[in-house]
Amino acid sequence: MNIEFLYYEQCPSHPAAKERLESVMQEEGINAEIKMIEIENLEQVKDCIFPGSPTILINGKDIDPPPSNAISALTCRAYRVEDGRISPLPSKNMIRNALASVEKK
Amino acid sequence: MALSIGEQSVEFQLPGVDGNNYSLADYSNKSAVVVIFSCNHCPYVQAWEERIIQIQKDFESNGVQLLVISANDAEQYPDDGFPAMKERAKAKGFNFPYLFDESQEIAKAYGAERTPEVFVFDSNQTLQYHGTIDDNYENPEAVTKTYLRDAIDAIAEGNKPAVNQTDPVGCTIKWK
Repeated sequence: MNIEFLYYEQCPSHPAAKERLESVMQEEGINAEIKMIEIENLEQVKDCIFPGSPTILINGKDIDPPPSNAISALTCRAYRVEDGRISPLPSKNMIRNALASVEKK
Repeated sequence: MALSIGEQSVEFQLPGVDGNNYSLADYSNKSAVVVIFSCNHCPYVQAWEERIIQIQKDFESNGVQLLVISANDAEQYPDDGFPAMKERAKAKGFNFPYLFDESQEIAKAYGAERTPEVFVFDSNQTLQYHGTIDDNYENPEAVTKTYLRDAIDAIAEGNKPAVNQTDPVGCTIKWK
């Protein structure tokens, strides 16, 4: 499993999001390296959409695929979690479901 | 460097999304004025937004006024532009003036760096609290420290808040 964690240093949510990702991986018994990629300019994400920090890609797929009209931006990312609230962090379920969908394949 | 506790507020004249201009002097009769640097797009702001609206609602009768200012560079972040601010204020039913600091001079004068970042002034326009809103942006039900509410409570009663400084938590202000 290829896990990439894209983050923008000025957004403070990435340490908590990484901790959450690691926690879910541990709970699910997934032993894979998390490749940390600091995004410093949008040139780095020419080939994918970086809607904000953090963005987690599992085998190249966003754990919360952005809408088709999404654009890349050096900012914090807004996740809409299960209860409808906006959060700067993906929920544990969001991460868990994304990991499970890759594992099934 | 942000304003320090005990410093005087910095006066401003800024346009609001309702078409009026607002200045701090308009609120000199208030028991407390809460200046919040904010924006549209930041998820921290969005996570706290309902709580900000509720705080204005709950403290209005105590003579407390919130003034919310967006200073983000609207060219790089069009979601934070004035037209988008007008839309958001309407959609969310903002019950406070939502002001645009296009030149970013006011954000710089206050030394604000984050959205949201809170400055609470007493009736003498002296800064009595600076920092964040509470200790849980993700889950309002899991909040254990209501920093802003506690500060407003104390200031509106003419007292000093027990906690007058916390670290602002949020997105960085997007400078030009």
